[in-house]
Amino acid sequence: MRIACTVNGTPRVAEDVWEGTSLLGVLREHMDLPGSKNACEQGECGSCSVYLDGRLVCACLVLGGQAQGREVITVEGLASGEVLHPVQEAFLEAGAVQCGFCTPGLVVATHDLLTRTPQPTTVEIREALAGNICRCTGYVKIIDAVHLAAKRLTLPREGDGKGGGPRL
Amino acid sequence: MEFLQPTTWTEALAMKAAHPDAIPIAGGTDVMVEINFDRHRPPAFLDLTRIAELSEWGLDNGVLRVGAGVTYTQLIDELGDRLPGLAKASRTVGSPQIRNRGTVGGNLGSASPAGDAHPPLLASRAIVELASSAGTRRLPMHEFFVGPKRSAMRKDELIRAFLVAPAQGPQQFSKVGTRNAMVIAVCSFALAIEPDRRRVGTGIGSAAPTPVTAPEAERFLEGVLGEHDLWQTRAPVAESALLRFGELVAAAARPIDDVRGTAAYRRHALAVMARRSFVWAWNEYRAAA
Ligand SMILES: Cc1cc2nc3c(=O)[nH]c(=O)nc-3n(C[C@H](O)[C@H](O)[C@H](O)COP(=O)(O)OP(=O)(O)OC[C@H]3O[C@@H](n4cnc5c(N)ncnc54)[C@H](O)[C@@H]3O)c2cc1C
Ligand code: FES
Ligand code: FES
Repeated sequence: MRIACTVNGTPRVAEDVWEGTSLLGVLREHMDLPGSKNACEQGECGSCSVYLDGRLVCACLVLGGQAQGREVITVEGLASGEVLHPVQEAFLEAGAVQCGFCTPGLVVATHDLLTRTPQPTTVEIREALAGNICRCTGYVKIIDAVHLAAKRLTLPREGDGKGGGPRL
Repeated sequence: MEFLQPTTWTEALAMKAAHPDAIPIAGGTDVMVEINFDRHRPPAFLDLTRIAELSEWGLDNGVLRVGAGVTYTQLIDELGDRLPGLAKASRTVGSPQIRNRGTVGGNLGSASPAGDAHPPLLASRAIVELASSAGTRRLPMHEFFVGPKRSAMRKDELIRAFLVAPAQGPQQFSKVGTRNAMVIAVCSFALAIEPDRRRVGTGIGSAAPTPVTAPEAERFLEGVLGEHDLWQTRAPVAESALLRFGELVAAAARPIDDVRGTAAYRRHALAVMARRSFVWAWNEYRAAA
């Protein structure tokens, strides 16, 4: 089947997709967007987390055709060109990335959390990231990274004189 | 394989009638696991996510009618005050990603004995609305579940909604699992107390071939509360009555030993959850006086 949707702000079309393909398969195999990772294909690990019409979902559990006409944002859509998103920077700086396989999903899930809750408590972070599994780093540094990103995002932007407020 | 994508309910029913073997898919959080692991290759998918009315809810004559496509996140955000028991259960489902996508219609469709929406729906005596191109029927929740992962839904039918009265009093839900998130219940228990109707409702999950109620426990507690006029005085309930209530709830279960726990453990945990749930609910009722 043919699937047309908007991905990271750009209209995209995938041709000849098998009807049983997940959105994750469509992104990775038909749209050349391998940022979202495939680790479990059963909703357990969160490494495939993307936004679908503004909602955080596991791309492996969305049937490709269900994304028809919808808006998808993947981890590739968060950075501006070569400039990393503050959430990504915070993960690097806090040492929350080892093999990096879980990182794209965690970055998108963290982005979602900070959009809704700009200054989350550690408990809120744990709850929001409960669906993202990391097998290397351990969660201490990941939680540090989220706190760091929260701090950065609510600090005044250098030189814009506008003061605080999230700039996701 | 076919991909059917109706945009109205009438169209969905016509498609289901024409393709009775098509697999309905809502949030996909159960269906896609089967597909990804090639456990199942249906001849067609029937995508229900384009039908706007399915993810809406409304109040009609004092009864809530909640569309089958309403997600757990919606239940928590939009109906938490009116359906506190179901909202509590929804908060324990999977992760944010799963709650954003998973629906009550899908939970009912899978009819797993461990489905977390089922005990609170049973406790508040909800009704399921099933429809086919031939018409609509409404079934009490306890008649909907007929076996492990089997429901009374026919092949030409779809789940349209569930109907339930907004909470008339305190509601509780508890679930035993190895983690605070992302767990299938070892067992679970829901309670609804309805002071206006002098009624107690229960629901048990993961401790019988289907989700079940504990009618004897309900009648026992209603008897205790009525006999001593406790609905009126809101006095504490005797410890012996609480213990008996727990025992009767445990006795209503038909648990098995499996990888998640033993039958004996499930019975024990149910008795504890039932007792505690009632104390929490009763304290809330007393504090509201
Ligand atoms: C990681 C993970 C964690 C989970 N955790 C929990 C948990 O904690 N508690 C819990 O209860 N469940 C849990 N689940 C299971 C699942 O999320 C729920 O059962 C959910 O409610 C399914 O809803 P859905 O919309 O995604 O259903 P789908 O997968 O779309 O459908 C499920 C079934 O219902 C049928 N169906 C769907 N809608 C209709 C309709 N309107 N009419 C007729 N049939 C229909 C489908 O054909 C299918 O058979 C989890 C799943 C995953 C992957
Ligand atoms: S690959 Fe989707 S949750 Fe693991
Ligand atoms: S860094 Fe390796 S899985 Fe998280």
